[in-house]
Amino acid sequence: MAATLGTGARAEESGQEKQDMQEKETVTPERAEEAKLKAKYPNLGQKPGGSDFLMKRLQKGQKYFDSGDYNMAKAKMKNKQLPSAGPDKNLVTGDHIPTPQDLPQRKSSLVTSKLAG
Amino acid sequence: FFSDIISTVEFNYSGDLLATGDKGGRVVIFQREQENKSRPHSRGEYNVYSTFQSHEPEFDYLKSLEIEEKINKIRWLPQQNAAHFLLSTNDKTIKLWKISERDKRAEGYNLKDEDGRLRDPFRITALRVPILKPMDLMVEASPRRIFANAHTYHINSISVNSDHETYLSADDLRINLWHLEITDRSFNIVDIKPANMEELTEVITAAEFHPHHCNVFVYSSSKGTIRLCDMRSSALCDRHSKFFEEPEDPSSRSFFSEIISSISDVKFSHSGRYMMTRDYLSVKVWDLNMENRPVETYQVHEYLRSKLCSLYENDCIFDKFECCWNGSDSAIMTGSYNNFFRMFDRNTRRDITLEASRESSKPRAILKPRKVCTGGKRKKDEISVDSLDFNKKILHTAWHPMENIIAVAATNNLYIFQDKIN
Repeated sequence: MAATLGTGARAEESGQEKQDMQEKETVTPERAEEAKLKAKYPNLGQKPGGSDFLMKRLQKGQKYFDSGDYNMAKAKMKNKQLPSAGPDKNLVTGDHIPTPQDLPQRKSSLVTSKLAG
Repeated sequence: FFSDIISTVEFNYSGDLLATGDKGGRVVIFQREQENKSRPHSRGEYNVYSTFQSHEPEFDYLKSLEIEEKINKIRWLPQQNAAHFLLSTNDKTIKLWKISERDKRAEGYNLKDEDGRLRDPFRITALRVPILKPMDLMVEASPRRIFANAHTYHINSISVNSDHETYLSADDLRINLWHLEITDRSFNIVDIKPANMEELTEVITAAEFHPHHCNVFVYSSSKGTIRLCDMRSSALCDRHSKFFEEPEDPSSRSFFSEIISSISDVKFSHSGRYMMTRDYLSVKVWDLNMENRPVETYQVHEYLRSKLCSLYENDCIFDKFECCWNGSDSAIMTGSYNNFFRMFDRNTRRDITLEASRESSKPRAILKPRKVCTGGKRKKDEISVDSLDFNKKILHTAWHPMENIIAVAATNNLYIFQDKIN
């Protein structure tokens, strides 16, 4: 907690300092945004755009479900659409066979893990 | 007719056909109406010509990977006969589609009757020659080749060679060369996969063949560099012939620098002398003879530089915008947010921001230029940066190869704009 505040405060301070010495250098908008990000997520990876981020990009599409169940259900249904999980997608229970559409969107977990470092 | 999010837009070589691919794996082809004296206003309108399902969702059980049916790219082949051919690709499989017209039907078969039922051979007492009768135009699309199982990673580009016989397909780490007639083999021409994946520092983001030199192609990377390769110099083009990179100002480096420098699209000019690259905030034109910096840089939405933190949080910083040239290479176009798209005139250096939305586009109405207000007092008609809708992104645009007709994809709507006639 203290560390978070400290980082934020330090970034603010150096920002102020820099703005005072305008003839020497100014904080670029990018650096200011970077300070904002680091203040919010202090554990953000040391290597921006490095291999962690690229590895996640290469792994897009990873899903886990029982393909056997899915195909059996599809065969039974034939031309009909498989019922989707309904409004609360997290509660996939009972007879409902998960379909690729029901699985939690990979995107949200990607954001969480990216920012949690 | 459910319309899905459009994922690619491409005019054919004559501009008479416009193909769109969507997230649901469907391809819709529009055809330009011919000049018709009885309906003078319909000249130049594009109407639906053919619709077909190109790709279906698949599941790779071995790797537990869902393979999306979303069409990533469509590229037309130059027309060689009455039929039209195009390549469409999703993340893993490229397909060659033949689109042909049928406006005649044979009637008077000997062995089957008009319903198609087989006739009893003993009942046939006379022989007749079937005759061709006109029928309502039917446009059929059939898959002629399926190029599969050549990509471990996700295909981001396909490009037809000027030799009209080969084409390349590029994924995050590799580029393959195919012959249009051969589906069971492809040659790997670029492989940037490191022996140890921990050492991975960049991926391939786009690739394209030179429009005239069939031995030359370029590929762009997530680090903002472009490599030009010559297939005559070696079979495996891991070593580039030219390396294009703009030197970075080290004092301006930040956490976001590499991410916003990632090139999302690369396109050769029609002349073949230049190439254009799109990164998150700008479009750059490069002279193929000068590797150390671009010759022109155009700011698309520089006001987003002070919003990078939230754009990183909502993932918009990873949006892949495309760019395109007009037929004479005098203008370039690219998309932005809030359904805005930008056009730059290379000669006059003038630029314009236009909006693709139902409210601002009535048929035959003239588009009004838009302006984003970056600070201070907002003038009437201006939009402030904070009111921009980042869900309304224009990633895909296309320019007619010869005329001033543009196609703009705004989520699941396609807009076609033309220069005012007379």
